[in-house]
Amino acid sequence: MTALTRILSSSPFRLTLAYLGALVLAAVLIVGFIGWRANELLTTKVIETLTAEVVGLREQFQAGGPTRLRAIVNDRSAEPGSSLYLLVDETGRKVAGNLSRMPPELADAGQGGVFRYARAGEAGRRIERLAVGIPVAVPGGYTLVVGRDIEDQRHFADTMWQVAIWSVGLLSALGIGAGLLISRSVLRRIEAVSEASRTIMAGDLSRRIPLNGSGDELDRLAQSLNAMLARIEELMGALREVSDNIAHDLKTPLNRLRNHAEAALRNPDGPDTYRGGLVKTIEEADELIKTFNSLLLIARLEAGAVAESMVPMDPASIIGDVAELYEPVAEEAGLDLRVSAQEGVNILANRELVSQAVANLVDNAIKYSVEDGRPRPEVSISMACVGDAVEIAVADRGPGVAPEDRERAVQRFVRLEKSRSRPGSGLGLSLVAAVARLHGGSLRLEDNAPGLRAVLRLPTRGLGLAAGAGAAAGRASAP
Amino acid sequence: MSLKPQVLPRPATAAAKMRVLVIEDDRETAQFLQRALKESGHAADVAGDGETGLTMARDGHYDVLLVDRMLPRRDGLSIVQTLRGEGVRTPVLILSALGEVDDRVKGLRAGGDDYLTKPYAYTELLARIEALSRRTAPEEQATRYTVGDLTLDRLSHKVTRGGEPILLQPREFRLLEYLMRHAGQVVTRTMLLENVWDYHFDPQTNVIDVHISRLRSKIDKGFARPLLHTVRGAGYMIRDGAD
Repeated sequence: MTALTRILSSSPFRLTLAYLGALVLAAVLIVGFIGWRANELLTTKVIETLTAEVVGLREQFQAGGPTRLRAIVNDRSAEPGSSLYLLVDETGRKVAGNLSRMPPELADAGQGGVFRYARAGEAGRRIERLAVGIPVAVPGGYTLVVGRDIEDQRHFADTMWQVAIWSVGLLSALGIGAGLLISRSVLRRIEAVSEASRTIMAGDLSRRIPLNGSGDELDRLAQSLNAMLARIEELMGALREVSDNIAHDLKTPLNRLRNHAEAALRNPDGPDTYRGGLVKTIEEADELIKTFNSLLLIARLEAGAVAESMVPMDPASIIGDVAELYEPVAEEAGLDLRVSAQEGVNILANRELVSQAVANLVDNAIKYSVEDGRPRPEVSISMACVGDAVEIAVADRGPGVAPEDRERAVQRFVRLEKSRSRPGSGLGLSLVAAVARLHGGSLRLEDNAPGLRAVLRLPTRGLGLAAGAGAAAGRASAP
Repeated sequence: MSLKPQVLPRPATAAAKMRVLVIEDDRETAQFLQRALKESGHAADVAGDGETGLTMARDGHYDVLLVDRMLPRRDGLSIVQTLRGEGVRTPVLILSALGEVDDRVKGLRAGGDDYLTKPYAYTELLARIEALSRRTAPEEQATRYTVGDLTLDRLSHKVTRGGEPILLQPREFRLLEYLMRHAGQVVTRTMLLENVWDYHFDPQTNVIDVHISRLRSKIDKGFARPLLHTVRGAGYMIRDGAD
């Protein structure tokens, strides 16, 4: 397909052609109508004038006979710009008038019509002109022809036709030219979009469709497509990161597991080293299973797999139970685990998953509170209704998470670099975030100045506060 | 593979020998289970597909059925449903690679008594089989459990040791209640988490150990003979006997 045929077959060009066709048709109709009406009007006027003149002359004839008629015809013929007159006797000889002879068109027809006559032009040249005339029989064998020159009118009509033809031609030429230009520019922009999408399909996800900054519909389309591409790129990046993380999370312990088995096998000391190697192998396998289970659960949550198992429940009882589970651990670590929960709130949730999420947060909080061996004073769990959601906040006085890492830490399958070296699957926050998303909520990390405050937000979905309840009831589960 | 006694706890009493039917299509897994159960002092038969498993289970002379969820010819849930429909009440432990909340609920709703996710530790499996077995489990409806000089009254919620009352928090009471109902049997951390707290996830920290040590300080502290024992690599056991 050449560039020209591509333009000619483009939809803007075809639209232009259709538009142009309609325009030309309209122009022809309008010019034609004006010409026809003008001609009609002038002809009618001429015939009326002639008829009136014939009537007048006939009256003169009745009053004064042929002599008077002849005199009047001669008089009128002599006036400049006058009508055309001819009075002939019964033999066809000219008696008076400014026409040289009886126009054959009128003699044959015997009635009014168009005829041609010759008139002396400049430099003695005779020019033929068009006229309309009415032959009238006058008593005494005379025939009177009264006519009017319509050459100017004919000229007008010709001009009209020329105007029509020229305007159609000009309109067509301009229209086709404009159509080609418009089509070419539109095609060029669409080609740019196609070209960009081909490059993107070929794997360069960072490419974007160029904008021309005009803000027109093509620009807006390109903007939407670019936004879509940005989202796809982000998701692809996340996916890549996820697969990298999964590979890392599974391959590293797999490698350790293999190393343990290999080391035990290589060691010549016998059964005791074998046993030691096997024990380590099983430990690694168990860790691997835990990580794998977490990954699988997160993946299933992200797919919304357990959304149907949600029932209305009181989040205060959930965090009460989790706090009760962790309270001895906190106490042993020298921490004060404080719980304050708003009573009488209901949310639609999966108890198991929300419990696990809160447990993960509390687990983290306790782990990081005793991190450098010097226990920080407290870990607090609080729950309150905020707008149309319940916010469960777990706060500690540990080292916290750097502000630039907070956003990332709650993304899918993301482990912060710093947490990779720590024990545990390190997928705790990812799991909490996945549980939050499954419930239509979110997880956000805040500065507890000092420490970390993780806020799990779960929408109440219209359940909200039970009637008559809502007073915040604080209780500390510390012994 | 050599299985060592300190990893595989022996049944607490000789009378606890069980007949177990393993319905599992993976030959290696089935053989491993058969041999391991034998080494633990139990007898095990293997059925390699769902139909065979169902026929063998109908006899009803097994103490526990180990049913894999995905089997050739008839799936595990259908076996359990059919057996329950026919009035066979043999305890069933469902083994499955599908381990999420909904799958567990489906398994238990079909008539399974317990649900264990693959991959599992053999010690976990054994502890659960023994807990399920009719021969070793005491009457569910008993109102009073006694281990040595420790008694727990389920109606009055009173616990005494050597006649002295012991004050327990509600959760500690339920923990002790579960341990005493399975006196003489190994109870794993996961079993405690599931049955006492009704949680089916794995807390990263050993929260259960701390609860146990707290309970131990209340019931064993100051007594010459400890009743609450830690079984290395497996879990806990409450038992009256020399350590």
